[in-house]
Amino acid sequence: MTQSGPILGSTRLTEEQLLLREAVRVLADERVAPRAAAIDRDGVFPQDIRALLAEHDVFAIPFAEQHGGLGADLLTLILAIEQLSRACATTGLILAVQALGAIPIQVAGTPEQQDRWLPGLASGEKLIAFGLTEPDAGSDPSGIRTKAVRDGDEYVIDGGKRFISHASVADYVVVFAVTSPDADKPSRRLSAILVETDRPGFKVTRIEHKMGLRGSPTAELAFDGVRVPVGNRLGAEGQGFAIAMQTFERSRPGIAAQAVGIAQGALEAAAAYANGRKQFGKPIAELQMVQAMLADMDASTEAARHLLYTACEEIEAGNTDAARWAAIAKLVAGDTAMRVTTDAVQVFGGYGYIDEYPVERMMRDAKITQLYEGTQQIQRLIVARSLLARS
Amino acid sequence: MRILVMSKPVPDPAANAERLGPDRRLDRSASPTVVNGNDEYGLEAALQLVEAHGGEVAILTMAPTTGIETMRKALAMGAIRGVLVADEGLVGADIPTTIRVLAAAAATQEFDLLLGGLDTSDGAGGAVTAGVAARLGLPLLSAAAKIEPDEAAGKVRVSRLSARGYDLIEAPMPAVISCTQALGTPRYPSLKGIMAARSRQITTLTLADLGADLAPAGGAWPSRVLEVLPPPSRAAGRTVTGAPADQAREIADYLADRRII
Repeated sequence: MTQSGPILGSTRLTEEQLLLREAVRVLADERVAPRAAAIDRDGVFPQDIRALLAEHDVFAIPFAEQHGGLGADLLTLILAIEQLSRACATTGLILAVQALGAIPIQVAGTPEQQDRWLPGLASGEKLIAFGLTEPDAGSDPSGIRTKAVRDGDEYVIDGGKRFISHASVADYVVVFAVTSPDADKPSRRLSAILVETDRPGFKVTRIEHKMGLRGSPTAELAFDGVRVPVGNRLGAEGQGFAIAMQTFERSRPGIAAQAVGIAQGALEAAAAYANGRKQFGKPIAELQMVQAMLADMDASTEAARHLLYTACEEIEAGNTDAARWAAIAKLVAGDTAMRVTTDAVQVFGGYGYIDEYPVERMMRDAKITQLYEGTQQIQRLIVARSLLARS
Repeated sequence: MRILVMSKPVPDPAANAERLGPDRRLDRSASPTVVNGNDEYGLEAALQLVEAHGGEVAILTMAPTTGIETMRKALAMGAIRGVLVADEGLVGADIPTTIRVLAAAAATQEFDLLLGGLDTSDGAGGAVTAGVAARLGLPLLSAAAKIEPDEAAGKVRVSRLSARGYDLIEAPMPAVISCTQALGTPRYPSLKGIMAARSRQITTLTLADLGADLAPAGGAWPSRVLEVLPPPSRAAGRTVTGAPADQAREIADYLADRRII
């Protein structure tokens, strides 16, 4: 294999992971990167990119072989999200959300439920979304009001969700709804229920107009007496909160990977620009103030990457404090992406502020990694709780 | 159709870190290892042939046990199994020894075509594939730019690169073919292929399996490197200047004088 790209963070990766990362990198560079600016400008979910990921088995990465997947571990998934996000953060999120939405089925679904839903997700024929957040319940899921009332063999779901990535293009949404309003503990109120989006009463009421990730639709949903079979419930009644928290342990590294990928893309764009842009009779890359910025960007991106890879290994190995590792990885990667993309715009000067170059898009895209799947403040809360519990 | 492709791990030429050790041999620790370019062109041709005609592609490698890592890429590209010859007694083996060992290993396999690179980017001896053919007593079709087997007739036709274009050469199968870049760009392994490579079988053979007398004891190779020199620099070319029509005439006259046109 001729490695034409940067050899980054390779030491701990297996030959298989290196090959897979290279395959996704080539796909991202050749097929995704040329579409990134238009995806951002058009603000429409890129079905062509979804088809591309399906054709090349990228969706299959996080699924077991028995469900038509590749049976890859968490770190391998993270390598793929990182490479896609390096070219286009919206594309990285297409894979990340598919993996996120599938986790509740993987961790809490029965074998029959897994056989029913996972193969379509692994092939990319079906898309899934993760429906937890509500207008008044973001960082605090105890505020969730959407309710699912048992009626014979069915649940009747009423309520609404907000900020649900891909819900408007998904075939399924995993909805977290109150099934036990009087449970003694608030964490026992919720259940996770898979809702097919073609069921009567399911409505997309709004698509948000966002600062970044503009090709990724973020939907507001209304549930108006939506009936689903009890067999669509994932895990036991009242287990929803635990399933959501377990999901985040495995999904937050995906957002950290998106952040590292965005930072790497911005870093590479800035370095290439610095070599080409001449001021004072020489490339600005020869100016020490520019070199210092680029060096800091590179060092912090590599640091975030290695922390993320370590977190993946700890989580995969069943570390009892997986939530802390996931939170630390996302916290550091998100802040790194924001700082590195901001500095990339600075290296470009005025050209960085216009959409002729990709770094302003990357800076807008980076911001979301500090906000979703738990704000940076929530990550710090998780880390602090873990630390203080050990002290 | 059964195709066996010889594939050698070499220092990555793109790393630009090739250097000689004290014994005038390549220091293999200085660069990351990749599959030799010409071998990969052969593998791509082999994969296309079995896609068109059915059959299977297997890989034959002589390398330290770390050769399994580079072999995985060939398996990910679509080869169905691998044969690795790995033995402490082969570290630093010279060309004649390599030929004897690879020929013995190939003889344990059934194949219609045995493919190898025209040369390798590390030693660049350019003798191994031809030597293996001679040792096996099989026809050699060298410097292939195109491979066209005719299974019904039991023969294969190769377009051989030559100074004047292509020579069309034909031989009965089984045959040995040395491969060049002209065969086409190797594919990237698919994600499914990469993960499937995990479960593909790699058989490891040692000298004890093939015949201990194939390699001299104690590394007393029949050949050794006496001297390594950079190629002599070429004389400066001739620059043609003037009006385009005059330039064209001058070039045409030059070529005609040498009976090239």
